[in-house]
Amino acid sequence: MLDRVAALGKATLDSVAGAGAAFFMLMRALIGKPQLRKSWPLLMQQMYSVGVLSLLIIVVSGLFIGMVLGLQGYTILVDFGAEQSLGPMVALSLLRELGPVVTALLFAGRAGSALTAEIGLMKATEQLSSLEMMGVDPLRRVISPRFWAGFYSMPILALVFSAVGIYGGYLVGVRWLGVDDGAFWSVMQSNVEWGQDILNGVIKSLVFAFVVTWIALHKGFQCTPTSVGISRATTSTVVTASLAVLGLDFVLTALMFG
Amino acid sequence: MRQVENSALDDALVVIDNLHFAHSFGAHQVYQNLSMRVPRGKITAVMGPSGIGKTTLLRLIGAQLYPQQGSIEFAGHNVHKLNRRDLYELRKRMSMLFQSGALFTDMTVYDNIAFPLREHSQLPEEIIDTIVKMKLEAVGLRGARDLMPAELSGGMARRAALARAIALDPELILYDEPFAGQDPISMGVIVKLIKELNESLGLTSIVVTHDIAEVMTIADYVYILADKQVVGHGTPAQLKQSDDPLIHQFLHGEADGPVPFHYKASTLEDDLLGSDHA
Repeated sequence: MLDRVAALGKATLDSVAGAGAAFFMLMRALIGKPQLRKSWPLLMQQMYSVGVLSLLIIVVSGLFIGMVLGLQGYTILVDFGAEQSLGPMVALSLLRELGPVVTALLFAGRAGSALTAEIGLMKATEQLSSLEMMGVDPLRRVISPRFWAGFYSMPILALVFSAVGIYGGYLVGVRWLGVDDGAFWSVMQSNVEWGQDILNGVIKSLVFAFVVTWIALHKGFQCTPTSVGISRATTSTVVTASLAVLGLDFVLTALMFG
Repeated sequence: MRQVENSALDDALVVIDNLHFAHSFGAHQVYQNLSMRVPRGKITAVMGPSGIGKTTLLRLIGAQLYPQQGSIEFAGHNVHKLNRRDLYELRKRMSMLFQSGALFTDMTVYDNIAFPLREHSQLPEEIIDTIVKMKLEAVGLRGARDLMPAELSGGMARRAALARAIALDPELILYDEPFAGQDPISMGVIVKLIKELNESLGLTSIVVTHDIAEVMTIADYVYILADKQVVGHGTPAQLKQSDDPLIHQFLHGEADGPVPFHYKASTLEDDLLGSDHA
């Protein structure tokens, strides 16, 4: 019994220490004199590998989710003769919820796991230590550009996801099932609000970007530098980041729309 | 520590004083009351059985690890008392050759060597180009500058890493097992490079290794670590004449002696028959 209490205490202390380490890692990576000449090319490089290379999965997923929304929405709305509301239904679902959330989940699986594995491998092959010994801070050189790249990329990816999803809904609803073209767009336009819907979606996306990228970088930076350690850290990134996104989504939705 | 008999030790670049260190993840004490002086401009070898914490010592000198007690001074600065900024400044004056080479895998050999110069100097690319080619020439890899680290053999990777380590002309180079896993030719090349670079660039070198034969030919001074502290030190000639059984066992590679062949365990009889067999 006492052992269990001790184990619980140790686990609690470890998680508090882990959270503290993650916080300090991020602070040390982000606070400091900006060096644009050096950091700009690094940021662009990371924007490419984190953002541009995630585009394919985002566009394809967005298209299919939009098409499914169009199909499901139509079959429900047509019973009430309200198929002209398909436009706002698809757009609001995507902009408020599915765009930010699914993008964050896909981002955690595609870019987050890659970030953790890359940094974990840099640690295992002593590249991070070698940076330190060269007098180059790995937090500024490795962590910081990856963090900002994730932070800037995800809201853009979420908007791309929503835009492609709306087009997917349009393809199924208007082109295939015959909803009126003009009604689809005009009802959507009159029901979607800039601040309430689009801006709140972007804010959600920024919060998810912060959390997912932070978790991915921290897991990589703190992983045990062995093959098992990296594999565990990568899995943990996807699981922790996904749960964090879903949990935070509820909190944010309650605050924004509750 | 035994009375220092070599006058060269008076001019020490690195001074380790009463160091106590244990890793945070375990209760195992790595060093207890460890003291060393590393003479300036010389090659100092640090030898000891595997697992004694030789690499840990280099990480302590580079202040990647912090001791529980004691101090390490580099060029008069206590490395563990410096703030982050000063420590990073000081690290520009030292360099470490990692066992794996630790080359950046996403850059060519050329860019790896240019990396510290681009990070820490404002030199124009033409001058960086000249320096990189000279460093590569020094390690015999000028022709391999466009290769990626994955395309290099183990020996070549270590030489490329050595070229990167000397890119900023440091005062001190820490070599972590530079001969481990090398074929005889590569080993000979690295031995020669360490010696030549130390002389031509006026460096101070600390070579952590258990390849006795190789390092004894180039070292000016040798420390032998065992049982959490320095058990012997002196010039290679002095150590060869030592009658200390531990030094004798280590230098002659004897399987059993003061460092036992068996890891600490209960008796074989107890283990096989159970401790309550009596």
